[in-house]
Amino acid sequence: MNAYLLNILQGSVLVVQVALGSLAVAVVLGLAGAMAKLSAHKPAVWLATVYSTLIRGIPDLVLMLLIFYGGQIGLNAVLEAVGYTDYLEIDPFLAGVLTIGFIYGAYMTETFRGAILAIPKGQMEAGRAYGMSALQVFMRITLPQMVRLALPGFTNNWLVLMKATALVSLLGLQDMTFLAKQAGAAARGEIANAPLLFFAFTGFIYLMFTTVSLVALRQLEKKYSMGVRRGSF
Amino acid sequence: MEFEVIFRPENLSLFWEGMLNSLALLVASLVVGGVLALPLAVARVSDNLLISRPVWLFTYVLRGTPLLIQVYLIYYGLGQMEYIQARWDDSWLWKWFKEPFFCAALAFSLNTCAYTVELLAGAIRDTAHGEIEAAQACGLSRWATMRRIVLPSAMRRSLPGYSNEVIMMLHSTSLASAVPALLDITGAARSIYSDFYLPFEAFITAGAIYAVMTLALVALFRLAERRWLAHLQARTH
Repeated sequence: MNAYLLNILQGSVLVVQVALGSLAVAVVLGLAGAMAKLSAHKPAVWLATVYSTLIRGIPDLVLMLLIFYGGQIGLNAVLEAVGYTDYLEIDPFLAGVLTIGFIYGAYMTETFRGAILAIPKGQMEAGRAYGMSALQVFMRITLPQMVRLALPGFTNNWLVLMKATALVSLLGLQDMTFLAKQAGAAARGEIANAPLLFFAFTGFIYLMFTTVSLVALRQLEKKYSMGVRRGSF
Repeated sequence: MEFEVIFRPENLSLFWEGMLNSLALLVASLVVGGVLALPLAVARVSDNLLISRPVWLFTYVLRGTPLLIQVYLIYYGLGQMEYIQARWDDSWLWKWFKEPFFCAALAFSLNTCAYTVELLAGAIRDTAHGEIEAAQACGLSRWATMRRIVLPSAMRRSLPGYSNEVIMMLHSTSLASAVPALLDITGAARSIYSDFYLPFEAFITAGAIYAVMTLALVALFRLAERRWLAHLQARTH
């Protein structure tokens, strides 16, 4: 039994890798999306709005299946069109990371947009008046304050993202959920109530991940809110 | 793109059946989860730790683990327990675990229940202090205050948050396709994908159906808010 549990535990490394990888993609896309939505450039606003609305209106699983299976065919069709005839298999890890990152980028877009909107516009104008470039204003004025304002939404998105990584098991990636299912089927008859035991174990590890994230992000929130006085009733 | 394959009668009826199953799962889990959430939310805000802590643990565990694990835990875990399998032929209680629909609906109900409890509990805590004081001054008992003052207002105020939860739940029903022998919208798309090897057509159709259902839910909740949150709307004159 310990061998099974150890095997599932090893799958948790993959969960962390997928989760952190997609988080990086989501943050980059979210920042780009938020800036596009707040820009004066009409096509950019339109594109970002379509992105954040459409993605949030469709279940993660459907998008993952579409991008994973569709991307496979689409990529090979494109390669064939340019004269490359070998069949190319998309790496499920990369597909999972990019897909989850792409989906949660839409949620991050909304979170970051809300945070930027909450910063008084005059501060950015003042920065520009001092002769800072748009990038300097963003790095020195917007970003440091955004972190504090975006953290509650970011925490939520991160927790949902981490739980969404369980879906990569349906794409054939050997994460904890996949291994638990496999172990449950393999150990039938050998260990009493094997599936129940292994899924409960997987759930417990996810619970540990969420707990650690919550504690860490609460500390971060405290740190970034140091200079802010909370209203008290 | 070969969307005409989707519009063949047999495939359209596959999607139709999937849509009915997805809707049935959604309604069943929202009703069961919602009904359970109300008393649990009241327990969650209780000053008695013996009452509020167990509810906290319940929502913490259900909100901290992936729904897919919860579905598997019930469908494969409980459904393959020797204790249950030995009894499910002659017991009315355990025979339900033979049904994939029941297993999925049970997992979804408990999951949405946990989120709804926290939503409602938050709204109950946010009730203006003066309202409760006024109720006490009028001689209302604790129970009457809860029933007549706190809950009606808390349920209204949690409506916007609840609309998010309902939409999340609609999207979560797509996990039903992970349970074999249960055909929902995503299941229909997966079956068409594997029969015809048309991922774009199959999954874009499924995505479009979900998107339309999402928009319909958004519109429905806008109407509900206009009706029940009229007192909080911005004044137009």
